[in-house]
Amino acid sequence: MLLAVLSGFILCALAPWLTRSLGDRAGWLLAILPAGLFAYFLGWIPEVIETGAVTLQYPWIPGLDINLSFLVDGLSLLFALLISGIGTFIIIYAGGYLHGDPYLPRFYAIMFAFTAAMLGVVLSDNLLTLFVFWELTSITSYLLIGYHHEDKEARWCALQGLFVTVAGGLALLAGLLMLAVAAGGEYTLSGILASDGLQEYPFYTAMVLAILAGTFTKSAQVPFHFWLPNAMAAPTPVSAFLHSATMVKAGVYLMARLNPALGGTELWFYMLGIFGAVTMFTGSFMALRSTGIKAMLAYSTIMALGTLTMLIGIGTEAAIVAAMAFLLAHALYKAALFMLAGVLDHETGTKDITRMGGLRRAMPITFVTACVAALSLAGLPPLFGFIAKELMFEATLHGGALTTFTTVLALLSAIMIMAVAAIFALRPFIGARTETPKSPHEGPLSMLIGPVVLAALSLVFGVAAFIPEAALLQAAVTAVHGRPVDFHLYLWHGVNVPLLLSAIAIVIGLLAFRFWDAVLAGFRRMPFIDRLGPERGYERLMDGLVWLAEWQTRVLQNGYMSNYIITLVLTTVALTGWTLFVHTGTAIPLGDINVRIYEWFTVGLILAGALFATITGSRLTAVAALGMAGFGVALVFVEFSAPDLGTTQIMVETLTVILLVLVLYRLPAFVNFSSPGTRLRDALIAASFGGLMTLLILVVHDINVAEPISDQLVQWSYPEGHGRNIVNVILVDFRALDTLGEIFVVGLAAIGVYAMIQLRAEDRRQ
Amino acid sequence: MTAMGSLILRTATRLLLPLLLLFSLFVLLRGHDEPGGGFIAGLVGATGFALYLFAFDAERTRSLMGVDPRLLLGLGLFAATVSGLPGTLLGHAFYTSLWWTPTLPLLGEVKLSTPLLFDIGVYLVVLGSVMTIVLALAGAEEKAEETTWNR
Repeated sequence: MLLAVLSGFILCALAPWLTRSLGDRAGWLLAILPAGLFAYFLGWIPEVIETGAVTLQYPWIPGLDINLSFLVDGLSLLFALLISGIGTFIIIYAGGYLHGDPYLPRFYAIMFAFTAAMLGVVLSDNLLTLFVFWELTSITSYLLIGYHHEDKEARWCALQGLFVTVAGGLALLAGLLMLAVAAGGEYTLSGILASDGLQEYPFYTAMVLAILAGTFTKSAQVPFHFWLPNAMAAPTPVSAFLHSATMVKAGVYLMARLNPALGGTELWFYMLGIFGAVTMFTGSFMALRSTGIKAMLAYSTIMALGTLTMLIGIGTEAAIVAAMAFLLAHALYKAALFMLAGVLDHETGTKDITRMGGLRRAMPITFVTACVAALSLAGLPPLFGFIAKELMFEATLHGGALTTFTTVLALLSAIMIMAVAAIFALRPFIGARTETPKSPHEGPLSMLIGPVVLAALSLVFGVAAFIPEAALLQAAVTAVHGRPVDFHLYLWHGVNVPLLLSAIAIVIGLLAFRFWDAVLAGFRRMPFIDRLGPERGYERLMDGLVWLAEWQTRVLQNGYMSNYIITLVLTTVALTGWTLFVHTGTAIPLGDINVRIYEWFTVGLILAGALFATITGSRLTAVAALGMAGFGVALVFVEFSAPDLGTTQIMVETLTVILLVLVLYRLPAFVNFSSPGTRLRDALIAASFGGLMTLLILVVHDINVAEPISDQLVQWSYPEGHGRNIVNVILVDFRALDTLGEIFVVGLAAIGVYAMIQLRAEDRRQ
Repeated sequence: MTAMGSLILRTATRLLLPLLLLFSLFVLLRGHDEPGGGFIAGLVGATGFALYLFAFDAERTRSLMGVDPRLLLGLGLFAATVSGLPGTLLGHAFYTSLWWTPTLPLLGEVKLSTPLLFDIGVYLVVLGSVMTIVLALAGAEEKAEETTWNR
């Protein structure tokens, strides 16, 4: 299992090299991995049916009790099969779609990393590993959506998706941690699902809202749905994969996964039910308004995600059965439809469906496959989508307090989706042949095999619904509902209310298709719809953030050295002074201070140097005077028997003088611009800082927060560190990691200075 | 910069530079038991090269050093990081120190260790960083002078 999940990451490292050496056939050969994973997961089915759930553990960070543990039950297996199965076809498809693209190796690398991360999400048992994989899907999908990175628009869309999902991810992390606390420090999903009383947790509401913030952003629920259509900036294989089986389904997965533990409360019911239903309606409405072939499908994905959320929220047995059936149906037809949209786009050169027509002769296989897949989208018999849609109506009709609300929205959505399906399946293919940018012909085998197989599965599962039911859906429903549910899927349920609703949807939907142009024109007369919407809110927020950043940069980073120093010094004085005052009061321990005669001499040297540096009229004198103060400090170190520090101080002082002399020549003339007022202010600030440091030194002897470690270090130095110079032993052995950090800082600073000097030199030359 | 290079300074530098470099190596190697160590040693070495820079010019200092100081910087970081690995490979925590005291002909017993490698890394980083900055500044200075001449 460990290898199965991580193999994607391994192949991610090898993929660029393999793609280059394999050439044209790379897609077919690389698809062996996901296909193998699919077969592997298929092999798990008997065990899962028999035992329900299997957990596997591999130690990862044993010191912190973090294990890589995996939970295999019906739900995770259903997702794993969809990810690996559809992933196989996507990899093959991408070989055809992105044929000759110079970035193809990179594409495969990210794609495999993404697939592996997705498998990690659905199979993880540990909450923290789940979260890590969750964020990995956000990052890798960002790279996939921004695949055309020269395109500003694509970068913007990718960044939007990343911001929205990662912001939700932060909330999710808080929610998951609360979940673990609520379950009594239990970080495994299997443990959390087994513990009860989570609904009585005092912060239950906050916990659920935080988790839902994560899942709603990931699964593009209203009002966070806007990033998903923009994610179409990705190449079509990516869209097909993101929309059908992965990424957006991660949120649905988590809600389904936590349903037994968190569900059953009013909060859960209303949040998921209302947001899901509104999302479903918004998605189908926007789909009908779109003319871009991918936009249509993207909005219909939002419809599907809303439906799934709503069904999980309703949470009755029928609703969970419907959710799992709908999940499977949607993954099959949506992947097929997206890949077909890519074929159309690839072969005709346009994404606008109103510019396509009469393609059935040129692209017969595409036409037939599109019809089958669209029938499943529309929910017509004998496709599997029909069963799912009937179950959905059945569930909303018994939706408790939300029955009317959900049923009405579901019916309206079904009508609009019927129209969308008809537009997708018929509009490009029938009627008179229209001129397209490229002369169309049938797509290559690599691009058709995926849609054909998936559409065929939609048909087979519809006719023989017992196959998916027995193999997967029973186990998945058990996992989501928390206990086994007795159900059977049939194509024919008899004449009942759901069938009636379906019939209404089909008739009105077909009418909407017939008069689509009029409908579109009607929508165009309502431009205010574009102006509404949460995307505006997102833009405002981002603009505000940029404004804030600019404002604080102007204020804090204003380029005046004196301002920087004043800010730093005053902040230090205020914060440290406050702490000092609170902890020690106003008493200043003056104790017995013994100062020897040569110490007075050293102090006098430092004071004279510092004083002279402030009043001198020449820069070179100031440098020399500061150097004198520095050497005085070195003397103090030596007097207090710290030869290492003393030597270092002397070397640093020497080099400082050298550096100053090197730059002195470049500086403007040493003129005093500041007014007496400014100088007084500076003197006061300097005096406050100096005074604070003096106070600190005076009280520091009396404050003992903890037992000093220095005695121990002295003891250990020789036996443990093999050295008699304690300072050095600490630097290179006891605290080597700290020193490593410090020398990295030194190195980076040097590179920074070097870069600035070189840049200036180049500016001069131009 | 050329104006500074008096004959006395140049002659003295030719004698002092090898001594300073030797001294910096000495300070580096004795550092574990006596005052010294990679940090101070690196500064001493840098001072030596800086002296040479004042006596001659940036170009000649660079060719005298033989390697780009930026390379020294990188090598130092690499050495310091790598010195933590042997301990890890033997199953201890990162940066667990390992000691090896072979007896070599002429030298007698020699203390070799991963902290020594670490300290050499620190030495190279400090030397490399200071020289990167100093040479860049001096180089920019000389270029500015040249452009003024050409004008």
